[in-house]
Amino acid sequence: MIRVNNRDEVEWEEGLTVSGLLERFRYTFPHIIVSINGEVVPREEYPTRVIPNGADVRVIHLIAGG
Amino acid sequence: MSEKTQTTRRVLAEYTYEPPPVERGYTGRTLYVNLSNNTIAAKPVTDVMKEKFIGGRGFGLWLLWHGVKDDTQWNDPENEIVISSGPIGGVTQYPGSGKSLVVAISPTTHSVMDSNVGGHFGPLLKFAGWDAIEIQGKAEEDVIVVIDGPGGRITIEEAPDVPVDTHLVGHWLIEQLAEKEEDRYFISSVSAGTGAENTLIGCLNFSFYDRRRKAPRFKQAGRGGIGTVFRDKHIKALVVRSGPVRGDSNHPADLQRIARVGAKLHKEIHDYDDEQNRMRKRGTPYLVQIMNDYDLLPVHNFKYGSHPDAVKINGDVWEARFTQGLPDGCWYGCTLSCSHAVDGYTVRTGPYKGQTVIVDGPEYETIAGCGANCGIFDPDAILEINFYCDTYGIDTISFGTLTAFVMECYEAGILDKEKTGGLELHFGNAEAAIELLHQMARGEGFGKIAGQGIRRMKQIFAERFGADPAFLQDIGMEAKGLEYSEYVTKESLAQQGGYGLTNKGPQHDEAWLIFMDMVSNLLPTFEDKAEALHYFPMWRTWFGLCGLCKLPWNDIVPPDNAYTDEPAKIPDHVQNYVELFSGVTGRKVTADDLITMSEAVYNFQRVFNLRLGFGRREHDAVPYRSVGPVTVEEYESRAERYDKQLQETLGLDPEKMTTEEKIAALRQYREEQYQKLIDAVYKRRGWTSDGVPKVETLKRLGIDFPEVVAVVKKYL
Repeated sequence: MIRVNNRDEVEWEEGLTVSGLLERFRYTFPHIIVSINGEVVPREEYPTRVIPNGADVRVIHLIAGG
Repeated sequence: MSEKTQTTRRVLAEYTYEPPPVERGYTGRTLYVNLSNNTIAAKPVTDVMKEKFIGGRGFGLWLLWHGVKDDTQWNDPENEIVISSGPIGGVTQYPGSGKSLVVAISPTTHSVMDSNVGGHFGPLLKFAGWDAIEIQGKAEEDVIVVIDGPGGRITIEEAPDVPVDTHLVGHWLIEQLAEKEEDRYFISSVSAGTGAENTLIGCLNFSFYDRRRKAPRFKQAGRGGIGTVFRDKHIKALVVRSGPVRGDSNHPADLQRIARVGAKLHKEIHDYDDEQNRMRKRGTPYLVQIMNDYDLLPVHNFKYGSHPDAVKINGDVWEARFTQGLPDGCWYGCTLSCSHAVDGYTVRTGPYKGQTVIVDGPEYETIAGCGANCGIFDPDAILEINFYCDTYGIDTISFGTLTAFVMECYEAGILDKEKTGGLELHFGNAEAAIELLHQMARGEGFGKIAGQGIRRMKQIFAERFGADPAFLQDIGMEAKGLEYSEYVTKESLAQQGGYGLTNKGPQHDEAWLIFMDMVSNLLPTFEDKAEALHYFPMWRTWFGLCGLCKLPWNDIVPPDNAYTDEPAKIPDHVQNYVELFSGVTGRKVTADDLITMSEAVYNFQRVFNLRLGFGRREHDAVPYRSVGPVTVEEYESRAERYDKQLQETLGLDPEKMTTEEKIAALRQYREEQYQKLIDAVYKRRGWTSDGVPKVETLKRLGIDFPEVVAVVKKYL
């Protein structure tokens, strides 16, 4: 199990990458900051960075719009 | 310019002047025009104005406060329209530095309205010698007001031969007033249209001359019916001409300081815009797909947040329709250049059928409001509505939201063909929506009713058609009399407040907190939400004091923003604005000082609302559609989400409840949450539980002027 944004619990699966998680949540907004257990993940690593089981993942959406 | 105008129209009043130099972003005077007695005069900009009200919306509110009485109505002669840019307005080194702010008493809210707009008028007005223009009175016949900076002459002129609709008047003025090609670059007009005359939702169009297209283009001060006030005063156009705009026209205190932060931002835009929002190629329409993906795009009068056909009107579609490769900035030097246009559009209905025109936009709000919210997913229909709204001088946001309301009423059986004069206003009927727009502009048929706005329609539908007032209140997406702008807020309590706890009504330019709240879960407590509803409205108010556009703040983000302490605030860009303000005005400020500046003006505006009989807790109420599901179909479309909340938050068992019972239980809970939010926000803002700024708050902000304190004391 991993926890997203200190609220949503999702099933962990082997090899789940940051890109995979964003796709699962349909997080398409371009201004996103992702951290895993407090460490910010560089954008270029989203397709390859694997999320470990039990991770605390934050997907922070900056404000735009309006 | 003035000689030519003299020969064709009778001059009712004339004023000659020597334009003063702009010093550190200010000319030091404002222009007063009274159309009832044809007075034209200069007023000094006082130290208090510069210190406490800064410029732009602040100047507008200050001048309006002194121009009106406690009981002034929108169509009384003493109501004013004030237009001002601000000290940074006119800077060419930093993107987004050409905004104008307009204030007036609104025909839809009956209180103070402010609206921000691009185009060249505000900065050129400054470079023609004036920090603001304040228009009072009402002309007997239609007039234009011409401000000729280089000629040192201002005239009020009769204008029987001047067209009314904006795409005509904009071209006409350029042809009449520009003697040579270069004159066109530094002329800007403000106009409305026939729709502004015949509805209460009139907008103002601010022009800018597009050198590549060799035509005037227009940006809209849309909200709250100021265009209606404009036509009620019998103004066809305001026109300003300045001398050539130069990089130092603002005579800033430290040009190099400005140039440094400007160059940094230009580079960010160049390097990252293509991978971020693609503002240079598609502008705000990039938001359509994103809002749809997050269930935030209003569909069918805000019932739903997404639709499978949204793909037909998303950013890809508009990128293909917009002419690419042109510098589409609405002020000089804006490399974010998001003011795109569709060229060569052939109008297919109405009085201008067959004309080939430029359609400015559409922006996200127009696509979402006049498109998805009305169930219209046809780009050409959206363009047709966009073109006519602009040229008629009708606000696209109010038009979209009120048409969606009408369509829901039609589908609910409150309206039928007989009541609408034959218009089958089902969701998705673009032709009926376009005809409704033409009727509004002519002030005829059902369009005359619709053009009054949602608040009046609710009353009319209840009185004449026997509709249930409670249902109309639930689904009529207006607050304070202003139609909602185009975001679904049901799942974000903070944004319910972002719309409801505003000074002018539900417009997204105070706060947009949906992602922080609903998605990122960064505002879990009432105190967190209240802090955000303090900081962001104050931050965004500040742009309107200075003549700035919000977009370069956070629609482009530096790559290292992720590693800052408060990435949502874009700290690096906040510091840019500190540099910019100090660089122009010479005032040494910190980031906190910028917030305090806004707090003073924001609280002054709240007191202004009180003075006019509004601005209390009861006026911050919102329709339930903005908080939760009103109808059975609406609940059931997102049953999993709502059932989960009933189960996990309220400890109820949805299996044992009817949908109606579930709606009622959810409603009770969510409405209580909104009231708790109000309590927290008022406390954070230094207001009483009735929403009245405390005297100590006014003192802290230095706006405890006797007349201001006297207003709040009535409510303490």
